[in-house]
Amino acid sequence: MKYERVAITEKAIEVLNQLKSAHGNLIFHQSGGCCDGSSPMILEEADMYLDDSDILLGQLDGVNYYMNQDQFAYWKHTHLTVDITPGRGSSFSLEIPLGLRFIIHSRLLTEEENSVLNK
Amino acid sequence: MSYAKPKFKEKYGNFINGAFVAPVGGTYFDNHSPVDNSLIAQYPRSNNNDIDNAVAAANAAKDAWGNTSVTERAALLNKVADLIEANLEEFALVETCDNGKPIRETLNADIPLAIDHWRYFAAVIRAEEGSATELDANTLSMNIKEPLGVVAQIIPWNFPLLMLSWKLPPALAAGNCVILKPAEQTPSTATLLMEKIGHLFPPGVINVVHGFGPEAGKPLASHSGIDKVAFTGETTTGQLIMQYASKNINPVTMELGGKSPNIFFNSVMDQDDAFLDKAIEGAVLFAFNQGEVCTCPSRLLIQEDIYDAFLARVIERTNAIVQANPYDTSTMLGAQASNDQYEKILSYINIGKEEGAKVLTGGNACKLDGDLANGFYIQPTILEGHNKMRIFQEEIFGPVLAVTKFKDEAEAIAMANDTLYGLGAGVWTRDAHQLYQIPRAIKAGRVWVNCYHAYPAHAPFGGYKKSGFGRETHLMMMNHYRQTKNMLISYDKNKLGFF
Repeated sequence: MKYERVAITEKAIEVLNQLKSAHGNLIFHQSGGCCDGSSPMILEEADMYLDDSDILLGQLDGVNYYMNQDQFAYWKHTHLTVDITPGRGSSFSLEIPLGLRFIIHSRLLTEEENSVLNK
Repeated sequence: MSYAKPKFKEKYGNFINGAFVAPVGGTYFDNHSPVDNSLIAQYPRSNNNDIDNAVAAANAAKDAWGNTSVTERAALLNKVADLIEANLEEFALVETCDNGKPIRETLNADIPLAIDHWRYFAAVIRAEEGSATELDANTLSMNIKEPLGVVAQIIPWNFPLLMLSWKLPPALAAGNCVILKPAEQTPSTATLLMEKIGHLFPPGVINVVHGFGPEAGKPLASHSGIDKVAFTGETTTGQLIMQYASKNINPVTMELGGKSPNIFFNSVMDQDDAFLDKAIEGAVLFAFNQGEVCTCPSRLLIQEDIYDAFLARVIERTNAIVQANPYDTSTMLGAQASNDQYEKILSYINIGKEEGAKVLTGGNACKLDGDLANGFYIQPTILEGHNKMRIFQEEIFGPVLAVTKFKDEAEAIAMANDTLYGLGAGVWTRDAHQLYQIPRAIKAGRVWVNCYHAYPAHAPFGGYKKSGFGRETHLMMMNHYRQTKNMLISYDKNKLGFF
């Protein structure tokens, strides 16, 4: 059985599709720190410089989900589900003009998931 | 005493080139109050055309402004301070409406501190001097500080007027023209400020452009017509802004948040006196500003032999927090700034519970009555766990405290530094050695010693590690907005003799 670190809700996929047709190739990057920190940012793929320090957590409807390795060290025991909520972020994340904000719901990985994903 | 929601116009403009103007694209966004989710007003949904206009206005103004005397600039900054002070109650009320924080805080902290930062930088430029060194009998090295030119500033929503007042005065004092983008959640006090002070400055010196990050913030941060970006926010946007700045070889300063430890050594409980009372309040300051502070003391570390006794007092004090109508002067805890913050905080409380943290108090949304039922309120919450949990590692930006115990000094220091960030920290002790040695061992830009959450002008504030770089609220910030012109002058009449 294949285990995943990240998932996305149907409602969030609808918004993702809207953004894909407006902006082309996208990525999620998990932010940290102040204000809108700890929220996922959706960005044009070409906009963000990524390297080996960005861990690919998975793919959501064709969109890669990255997190910096330092942050990943504290997050890797949890499973993330991307959802969407009405709101007003203040970052460069592309859904903000829609009056919506991607948000993360987290749960612990099960022992089985953990043994496969974090072996 | 209770205030009512202030009156607003139906819509507002950007402030560009000395006047309020409609956005080029003609579109606006609705700004709501987190107090009750009611409409405040419409603000410009600006795009790259508005940014171009603001950058052009600032560039047209920069030479004349950069050559004004420090006497003139200081006088203007003092006038701004006087005008905010003369309208303190109006600014406080608008801030409470826009951000959701209690009126008690805006009247006594946000606005008075904002005023003082303008006065501080007015004073600084009258007192500081350049330098000159005689390198040898005929050679003088003279350092003259020159403004960078045009500065972009992107500020957050947690202390809207105060963050503006951390950024605008040093940039203006240094002789720069500014394009400021307030956060889209809280555009109101920046607009009110320009209504009050816009006429004081030559057109183009201060420009305020509203809008969303991807549509207005990004074109501003990446614009080739600016000379520096100052940003307060989170790490992903921080990285993006640094990337854009790298294309223009522009300097940046970054303040990107933290996960600040607040450490209590056993000696705080040696006596049950005024100091212990102060220490308990110091631990409860996690709830200040609904926890929406980059330096929120959100990790409470207590020495194990006083853990139960001290924590009991902290819980008791937390349970006495009055969470009610933000317009009431007796209210201590108001609304979170937006729905997405509210949802995010609740989601963190959930993962805390999932990870095995124990809820000691709070742990839920707070439902207030009447119109306030539509606002975004969260109970002050204390979660007991360990330092590797996500609630101990991520900035929740809510009234949520994560508490754990430590054995000795070494473990306290190790836990304090086991974080990606290094913005603030608190150390509480009666031990004279710990008072110096523990703060020195903590990797953070600001360590409060036997106090917390004080933000006076004249004490530098900024981060270590992923919290960013640059030092605000101090003379040091002036140099982040200036070039150094070195004039190397020879008074020797004789040639080198090489050619």
